[in-house]
Amino acid sequence: MYTQLAWRNIWRNPRRTAIILTAILIGVAAMIILAALMRGMVGGMVDNAINNMVGHIKVQHPDYRSDPDISHGLSDVDGILKALKIVLPESARLTRRIRIDGVVSNARESAGIEIVGINPKSEIGMSFIGTAPMEGSPITDSDKNGILIGAALAKKFQTGIGKKLVVTTQRGDGESGSRAFRIRGIFHGDMEVTEKAYIFISLPAAERLVHEKESATEIAVTLARETSSKELTEFVMLCRAVLKPFNVSVYGWKDLLPAITAYLAMFDVFLLIWFVVIFIAMGFGIVNTVLMAVYERMREFGLLKAIGMRPGRIIRMVMGESLFLLMLGCAGGTFFGLGVTCYFAKTGIDLGAFSKGTEMWGMSRIILPVINAGDILIANAVVLLLGLLVSIYPAVKAARFTPVETMRQS
Amino acid sequence: MNDLSLAWRNIWRHPRRSILTMMAIGFAAMLLVFMLSFQFGSYESMINASVKLATGHLQVQGKGYNTKPEMRNVVPTPKAIMDKLSKTQGVDSVTPRAQTFVLASSDTRIRGVLVTGVDPEREKEVFTIPSLIRNGDYLSDKAPNTVIVGALLAKRLNTGVGKELTLLGQSFDGSIAATVVTVRGIFKSGIDAVDRAAIQMLLTDFDDLFVMNGAVHTVVAIIDELSQTAPLKAALEKDPLLKPLAVLDWIDLTPGLKQSIQMDLVGGIIMYGILIIVVAFSILNTFLMAVFERTREFGVMMAIGTTPRRLVKVMLMESMFMTGVGILAGMVTGALLTVYFSHAGISMGGATDLMAQYGMSGRLYPRLSLLSLLVGPTIIGVVTFLTALFPALKIPHLKPVDAMKAV
Repeated sequence: MYTQLAWRNIWRNPRRTAIILTAILIGVAAMIILAALMRGMVGGMVDNAINNMVGHIKVQHPDYRSDPDISHGLSDVDGILKALKIVLPESARLTRRIRIDGVVSNARESAGIEIVGINPKSEIGMSFIGTAPMEGSPITDSDKNGILIGAALAKKFQTGIGKKLVVTTQRGDGESGSRAFRIRGIFHGDMEVTEKAYIFISLPAAERLVHEKESATEIAVTLARETSSKELTEFVMLCRAVLKPFNVSVYGWKDLLPAITAYLAMFDVFLLIWFVVIFIAMGFGIVNTVLMAVYERMREFGLLKAIGMRPGRIIRMVMGESLFLLMLGCAGGTFFGLGVTCYFAKTGIDLGAFSKGTEMWGMSRIILPVINAGDILIANAVVLLLGLLVSIYPAVKAARFTPVETMRQS
Repeated sequence: MNDLSLAWRNIWRHPRRSILTMMAIGFAAMLLVFMLSFQFGSYESMINASVKLATGHLQVQGKGYNTKPEMRNVVPTPKAIMDKLSKTQGVDSVTPRAQTFVLASSDTRIRGVLVTGVDPEREKEVFTIPSLIRNGDYLSDKAPNTVIVGALLAKRLNTGVGKELTLLGQSFDGSIAATVVTVRGIFKSGIDAVDRAAIQMLLTDFDDLFVMNGAVHTVVAIIDELSQTAPLKAALEKDPLLKPLAVLDWIDLTPGLKQSIQMDLVGGIIMYGILIIVVAFSILNTFLMAVFERTREFGVMMAIGTTPRRLVKVMLMESMFMTGVGILAGMVTGALLTVYFSHAGISMGGATDLMAQYGMSGRLYPRLSLLSLLVGPTIIGVVTFLTALFPALKIPHLKPVDAMKAV
């Protein structure tokens, strides 16, 4: 009966109820939309970083990270690959790369870049170069003198497809080695930095450049998309165990991207603070509305008490009223928020106007909101719990009215 | 009784309700004052960090050098330009620089690096690299043929303080430039892109090595007030001495910084917009109730000859009193909060690493300014006024006879 009473009570003043419901609805919807946008933004940052030849797991010589030199390459590449295939699931993809610092030059210009020797086919789905939009043609797996360069670099060097570039680097024996390459294709990266930082050649060409055979400075592993971060940690541990005899370092992407990992750790706290701030803004409204509803029914509460209703029951009834308000507002807000998010999820939000800014932070130009069930749950929980908490105040007020005092009121 | 005291007394007919409404407004005002101060403060420290690490506020370069840095595109007479800049009101310090790409090799390693020729005494005054030396010393005029090397680069070159490096590049006239230099110091800025590829040497050495004949690539200026950047740039661009050259400010030099600030600001504005809307709906009920519970009273007042216009006026005064008190309280608490944290700083905890990549320290300091103090409260004031207008405008539609019948 109390439930029914509470439900009917909130509709005694439909306009007032509608207004406070709107406040809650906008608040909850804003929480959900914003959480989805921020998740999308951060997710884009992580994806970009992983796609930038980081991968989920990486195997390198222990000294390679601090000193990326060909002398810090992996020694038994085939052995490592075989060992990895034993522990990793079948859906995992592996590729080896040679990545070394070098200098690229033509008649007019020279620049320091990173030379990347790749298996072009296996890069598809593993790093951005596999699927980057390209003018000209990609290089093949055994291309001896083909090279891919970024659009920004091509512009700086005033060069184009079919032209020659000289690549210089330090060979495995310590001598400097130079080779001429012909530009096969010009790729467009998500960011200008990547277009200027890397040039790509085939693995056999890279091996010839550094005078090494069956060599690699890293083996990268890309796991299935749905792999959770807990599973990833387990795989990293497994790889470490199985690669013990090879004296190599195994990193998960969180080890390789410490700054982003730290940001991710703070992200949830940021979101919670924002939720609470929005709640406070509507909290005043909730208290006020319930308080008004209580005060204009003073006589009624007095009467109820006079005929023997216990204060606890009154508290329950008032709390029930605000629980209904909160639940309706939350449900509407969740629904509305999800609707807006789904709309944006189709088109994405284009931050092209700030492209230099997004680039600086490694974000994508287009943000696709990501709906996370946890965020929705937390947003609703914050509003419901804190909402009930602040409703205690008007409820206790209502319970304290004494029959005699209230009967006097007109 | 005049309208003002009528409105004021009306507010206190329901002290609890009025105070809650004021608190809602005050909370929003406080939050906006603090958050805007925080955002502006962090933008300023971002800009300062970037400006003092390398770019300076203003640079004078050859036309087109910024997009396409060519060895031969120079500022031919740096002396005259530096004199001109130093004498300009608002310019704090000026320093010349030249830079080019060279191959640096140690005993065992070769790397391509960007070498910058600097004037150590002038750099020390304002730029941060001299204070970021981790090993050895910063450059000195008394120690020619030395260089300082970024920490990551030093590791990749397998070199250290006191060891020798061979530099090989192309000089101004196209001939080959080669020299042997000693590493005098190792610096670590925390920004990988800088630490990985940069070395600095004396500008005089640079001049000899690359046969610059006194020419430099940029003249960098630090100015007193960040806000003076644009007017100073405009004034300098008109100067006949600088006509053949390009004057660039930090926005031209680091467009990513400006845009990420804008992006953050737009994101903030959307958040505050949502917050204000939620607050508006939160308090709309109070304003509505204030009208509806007094329908009878209004009926009586109209019947005895009060004009509806006057009733609306009193109503609006009432809500504006509440808004005013709320906003004032919010501004005071917001300002106090800001002042406190502008001394104590706010630790960014886990994001410190990320921020170091952009040259910022792990502590951010909000900065109270007239703008951050007034913008938020003004918007809240306007929105609450509109919110109050909606119920108040219902009053003229009341018919005295019907209104008096209302309960």
